[in-house]
Amino acid sequence: MKTPRFLLPAATAGVLALTLTACGGGGGGGTTGGGSDAEANLEGRGPITYVQGKDNSNVVRPLLDKWNAAHPDEQVTFKEQTDQADQQHDDLVQNFQAKNENYDVVSVDVVWTAEFAARGWLQPLEGNMAIETDGMLEPTIEAGSYQDKLYTAPVSSDGGILYYRKDLVPEAPKTWDEMMGMCSIAKENNIGCYAGQFKQYEGLTVNASEAINSAGGSVLGDDGKPNLTTPEAEEGLNNLVDAFKNGNIPAEAITYQEEESRRAFQEGKLLFLRNWPYVYNLATTEGSSQVKDVLGMAALPGKDGPGASSLGGHNAAISVYSKNKATALDFVKFLIEEEQQKFFATQGSLAPVLGDLYEDQELVAKLPYLPVLKTSIENAVPRPVTPFYPAVTQAIQENSYAALKGEKSAEQALADMQKSIESAGAGS
Amino acid sequence: MATELGPTPVKGPASGGTPVHHGPKGVGEDNKILSQGKWATWLLAPTIIALGIVIVYPIISAIVMSFQKDAGLDPATGLFTAGGPAGIQNYVNWLGQQCAAPGGGTVACPPGTLGGQFWSATGTTFLFTVITVTFETILGFWMAMIMARTFKGRGLVRAAVLVPWAIPTAVTAQLWLFIFAFEGIANKLFNASILWTGSEWPAKWAVIIADTWKTTPFMALLILAGLQMIPADVYEAAKVDGATAWQRFRLITLPLVKPALMVAILFRTLDALRMFDLPYILTGGANNTTTLSILVINQIRQGFNSAAALSTITFIIIFLVAFIFVRFLGANVVEQSGATGKGKK
Repeated sequence: MKTPRFLLPAATAGVLALTLTACGGGGGGGTTGGGSDAEANLEGRGPITYVQGKDNSNVVRPLLDKWNAAHPDEQVTFKEQTDQADQQHDDLVQNFQAKNENYDVVSVDVVWTAEFAARGWLQPLEGNMAIETDGMLEPTIEAGSYQDKLYTAPVSSDGGILYYRKDLVPEAPKTWDEMMGMCSIAKENNIGCYAGQFKQYEGLTVNASEAINSAGGSVLGDDGKPNLTTPEAEEGLNNLVDAFKNGNIPAEAITYQEEESRRAFQEGKLLFLRNWPYVYNLATTEGSSQVKDVLGMAALPGKDGPGASSLGGHNAAISVYSKNKATALDFVKFLIEEEQQKFFATQGSLAPVLGDLYEDQELVAKLPYLPVLKTSIENAVPRPVTPFYPAVTQAIQENSYAALKGEKSAEQALADMQKSIESAGAGS
Repeated sequence: MATELGPTPVKGPASGGTPVHHGPKGVGEDNKILSQGKWATWLLAPTIIALGIVIVYPIISAIVMSFQKDAGLDPATGLFTAGGPAGIQNYVNWLGQQCAAPGGGTVACPPGTLGGQFWSATGTTFLFTVITVTFETILGFWMAMIMARTFKGRGLVRAAVLVPWAIPTAVTAQLWLFIFAFEGIANKLFNASILWTGSEWPAKWAVIIADTWKTTPFMALLILAGLQMIPADVYEAAKVDGATAWQRFRLITLPLVKPALMVAILFRTLDALRMFDLPYILTGGANNTTTLSILVINQIRQGFNSAAALSTITFIIIFLVAFIFVRFLGANVVEQSGATGKGKK
């Protein structure tokens, strides 16, 4: 009997393959224009839910208590996600696809804004739903907008800072060339000169975009199409490539994420470090830190002035499927009030979006990097605002990584990035 | 096992009075067997329904999705619109490494797109599988031979060997990431300055070493189970006949442990083909360590339907490998686990 003898292995193989492949199908792929949902329930009031990633420094709960005490009929419940950005993103996508009306106000990483807006999931903050944006730092508004329409309210911001050794460098470099010129000091002291984050991951997109933007180039043009085959972009990427080649960036920096680069700097092995504001606290308080008393901070160096940092941070958005949008809007406005912004800064070390707070004496005493950070954010360029962000960041990472390792020229890497991003935008 | 229900009735009465026949039009003219079959159907139904919901439905839904286009952007509104039916375009794109061209149609995927990584990811996946499974089989066999002996502290050794297997893979990966860091133990120990996660072959070896460390205990355990099935008197008889240690190993241990060994290799192979956590955390897929599973996950963020096509392709690849194992290499999982049910000898 041939058939059963043949069927049995096939069936067995099938079951094994099924149970062992973890069945990786995603959720449903339906999309909506979102027009009608965006007009519904604008007047709705009642209890709502606020969704955000893990509240590590306990800032959200005290704020919610404060709000709830004042609004007994419009209570806000906190839905806490994991601390992994990717998981937060996927959780939001799934709930938006399911049109979950219980995800009223959601915290959105700045780079997701365009994608969610283009899916029609976010309530445009215009007309009756508008918020006050006067006094906010311009780049934060830009990062919260998609096609000139504000979809998310900036809540916290973030920008890159150049940390340097005050004992070795008399004055912080203003431009990239000036900084490279100071690398001889590093050589004399037998330490590495400069490092950022160059492992192939999101941090590389941040660093490569900063290099390109600081040299006057841009990843996407004003029309949203890639604009990478320019001499400026090439100069920017080449700044990094050359520094790797001549050793100004130590070879091991190709494996650095934020933490590895911070450790190298704290152990006194680097003269300059590009990193986020969180480094300040650790570098000045950790017992093992070699740079406690000699830590200098400055804006990132650019072509002939401050460089263009990539912008980080989180914004608050209202779901179009929310039933109580009036309450949601009030809550969003509450989050961006000066008092709450101050609380975010003091309790959670989150950079405020209101420019005035950066000069607030009390805050500056607590967070001495604020003046530098303000320069950084004022000159910041949001990472490419595009609904195809995952594909765009993939293209930037993979190609700039190859260029930094010397596997292809900067020119070729940029041409490949250009083509990849064009392909992503062409839909598939 | 749900799948066993299909072919059974066809096979007819060969199994001589086994009780679990269920098909109404099957063998049993006998009323007793018929009613027993009905009972069996009812008793099995909840399991089959549960399996249908958690396995069959997602698979079919993924296959349906794989024939849909991913959402595209409407240039006028800037909003996404549903893609519509795609036919087999998603599959053609993956297998031919074709990407959407700006003017319509497709072009060869430029570097930096996921589409351009399909064949290299397939190659990497198989490379990892072949090397890690080979190492794990040899080391696992060796560990099993040691654990099978009776000596003082055997329980402790067995427990200690299991530790790597008990640690969650993500934690393992993070540990090895520290070990392979530039300032990490691996470089310190050998006084080297290798960029483990920063160049192609060191990165691949890092993944292979970490995976071997983690899953050899699993292999050892399955082989140990096989070794303990071999009765001691066989060895005694061989000794009396004057067989050397090598002869005993080659002529007794190997053939008798082969069924268990094949099952162990089959499980590990299928497991290795879906490797995800280790390379994802160690290298992020850089330096040509992207496996098929990593590619699927990355693609899910860029478009569900295309990702569904890719996971279907991955499924077919793993199915074929499993099929080859079961059909040609005699890894008979069913006979091992289901022998009581059917008696298909």
